[in-house]
Amino acid sequence: MTTLCRDCGVLTETPPVDRRCASCGSPRFKSHAELEALTLAHIDCDAFYATVEKRDNPALLNRPVIVGGGHRGVVAACCYVARLSGVRSAMPMFKALKACPDAVVIKPDMAKYRTVGRQVRQLMLETTPLVEPLSIDEAFLDLSGTEKLHQGPAARTLSLLVKRIEQQLGITASIGLSYNKFLAKVASDLDKPRGFAVIGRGEAVQFLSPKPVSLIWGVGAALQQRLARDGISVIGQLLDYTERDLSARYGAIGRRLYRFARGEDDRTVTPDAPAKSISAETTFNTDISDAGELARILHPLSERVAERLRNAGRGASGVALKLKTADFQTINRSRQLAKPTQAGEILYRAALPLLEVEADGREFRLIGIGAEGLVDQSQADLPDLFEAAPSRDARLDRALDAVRDRLGAGLVQRGPK
Amino acid sequence: MKLTIERAALLRALGHVQSVVERRNTIPILSNVMLRAEGGKLSLSATDMDLEIVAGVAAQVGSDGSTTAPAHTLYDIVRKLRDGAQIELDVSGEKGSMTLRSGRSTFTLACLPPEDYPLMAGGELPHNFTLSAGDLKRLIDRTRFAISTEETRYYLNGIYLHAAQSNDVAMLRAVATDGHRLARMEIPLPEGAEGMPGVIVPRKTVMELRKLIDETDGEVSIALSDTKIRFHFDEAVLTSKLIDGTFPDYDRVIPANNDKVLEVECKLFAEAVDRVSTISTEKSRAVKLTVERGSLTLSATSPENGTATEELEVSYSSTPLEIGFNSRYLLDIAEQIEGEGAKFSMADAASPTIVRDSADSSALYVLMPMRV
Repeated sequence: MTTLCRDCGVLTETPPVDRRCASCGSPRFKSHAELEALTLAHIDCDAFYATVEKRDNPALLNRPVIVGGGHRGVVAACCYVARLSGVRSAMPMFKALKACPDAVVIKPDMAKYRTVGRQVRQLMLETTPLVEPLSIDEAFLDLSGTEKLHQGPAARTLSLLVKRIEQQLGITASIGLSYNKFLAKVASDLDKPRGFAVIGRGEAVQFLSPKPVSLIWGVGAALQQRLARDGISVIGQLLDYTERDLSARYGAIGRRLYRFARGEDDRTVTPDAPAKSISAETTFNTDISDAGELARILHPLSERVAERLRNAGRGASGVALKLKTADFQTINRSRQLAKPTQAGEILYRAALPLLEVEADGREFRLIGIGAEGLVDQSQADLPDLFEAAPSRDARLDRALDAVRDRLGAGLVQRGPK
Repeated sequence: MKLTIERAALLRALGHVQSVVERRNTIPILSNVMLRAEGGKLSLSATDMDLEIVAGVAAQVGSDGSTTAPAHTLYDIVRKLRDGAQIELDVSGEKGSMTLRSGRSTFTLACLPPEDYPLMAGGELPHNFTLSAGDLKRLIDRTRFAISTEETRYYLNGIYLHAAQSNDVAMLRAVATDGHRLARMEIPLPEGAEGMPGVIVPRKTVMELRKLIDETDGEVSIALSDTKIRFHFDEAVLTSKLIDGTFPDYDRVIPANNDKVLEVECKLFAEAVDRVSTISTEKSRAVKLTVERGSLTLSATSPENGTATEELEVSYSSTPLEIGFNSRYLLDIAEQIEGEGAKFSMADAASPTIVRDSADSSALYVLMPMRV
């Protein structure tokens, strides 16, 4: 079985007998029958925000670190020490602090994480042009055809890439290597942190069979429940159905259920896949039920989304409102706009009626607004014979964007009209 | 009800009414066409509750009576029968059904009682006038391409028909706009239209009306109130509700002082726009017009596709100007210009431009420029 030394990249036919690499002495190996044949990877930084904070403050190294917002926020990232106490990311802060009272809580410094994220991306791009970022700290990489360039199989190139990320940026990442995106993403989670997990063609179906259906990308809580009602809880049970059965029963996702259960996924790695939506949300310090107060919080969020639309050169043809009730029910409501826009005021006004329907006295802990159905900016805010020149508003928006760019976000904002 | 009718005659009459019937209906009877046989005549009615068409056709009526039958099914059957066939319609059989016989074919169709059919309530239509089919056709064709489909501004989803003064001459005007372009067509006000209210005729009515005009060359008499309009053709009557809304004051968006006048040969211009726009992106369809003394350069660029330019000899003597338009809109307008020349009156790259037929002042188009 091909064996790779994860530190020096030496490949051998069999694992070393003394569990040490013959050339560098490292004990970190990866052995797999298909190791030289697999080229699709998912790289995911380990507890990214927390790791960056630890890197910048070594005193925190062995302490539980949680990055997240205030008392009411959620855990954005938690280090592996904190995870020992049961803290998980996306957990509400108060729960996390109950589980791990001595945790060091750090307010997220997004600008810093973005910088490091970009540096990671840069190292990835030096390895292959086919990098598809999923978020600030994870990406798919397609390394097929790079064997000659990097003088070795993808597995070796990836090991050396992750090692370079560690050495140059001081953060760790885990690799999932397989033959498609679905399995690569699943694999990167198997061996965290500093992991290297491989799922080959030979074991994919066997590996997936006992796993819960929720492992399949696109299967959320609702679909999982529906599948459970139909007697399907693990992926292996999907193998009993034909593609037509599953499509007829579950619609478009049926095809994916059929194919993923067989370890098949034909999505390609697409660099710069344009964003499908742009959104902003905030969690309140105390629950809010008053519609007017919710609207006042929604306004600057709309402006922020609009600014990001303008920066991305996109226009929104729809708007989505997100609310989370005090008991953690998420409500999503969306509507089409009459025509695409980049103006925060228009997004805000389109979202208001949605908010008015939902703000019926219930207490909410979070509100967010999203721009959907993104189109090119040449389609947005086209001049209209009958409406007051939107171009003047647009010019004001661009001027404000420039001010914020120079002097910092949040300094100047539009008020509600 | 029992009658015999020649296939072509029934097909033609059904053709007039069946397209009014929506494909999907929550109220079952709205999928049906009402058939009424009376005194040697078969009349067919279809409605979607906003628009109603009644077509009449001669038939050998054995016994008077009426029923309602599924419109699209009936139309499909008649369409598939042999040319020249005689068709017998008979409701004397099983209750709630109609039998259709032709040659060796027999069909039984489920019917619903005619009493339930929602015919449009009468009501006074105090304003009456007559237009030639040709005039009505021009009023529609010159304007309908600009009708908006935007639901929020529902009052733009039709053609605004009203009486107006043009240089102190009374005119009947049709206006449509979607906010990006506006089309205005006028003809001398026909007798009887003085004092008519301005009405907005909905898009679907306009489209059905246009089909009926194609089959007539006589006159169309029009009756209207401020909520309804009726068009009488030789063989059919179309009655429609009007859009309940206020059409915007469009006069104020027609610029009065656009002094940069560009004249082009319309056909050459349209061909060039069509060629250059091949490059512009599918979505924006933008073309740039660079106008200088005696010459016009059309150009398009797209980050994905590349660039295109084409030069035309034109008549222009004002200061140079660069202005962008949606090529689709330019072509829509060019298509309506029958004369050889088209005249553009412009102000600047951000203000509305007026386009006219150089030889015919009855139609006027206003076009909003694009950023290019």
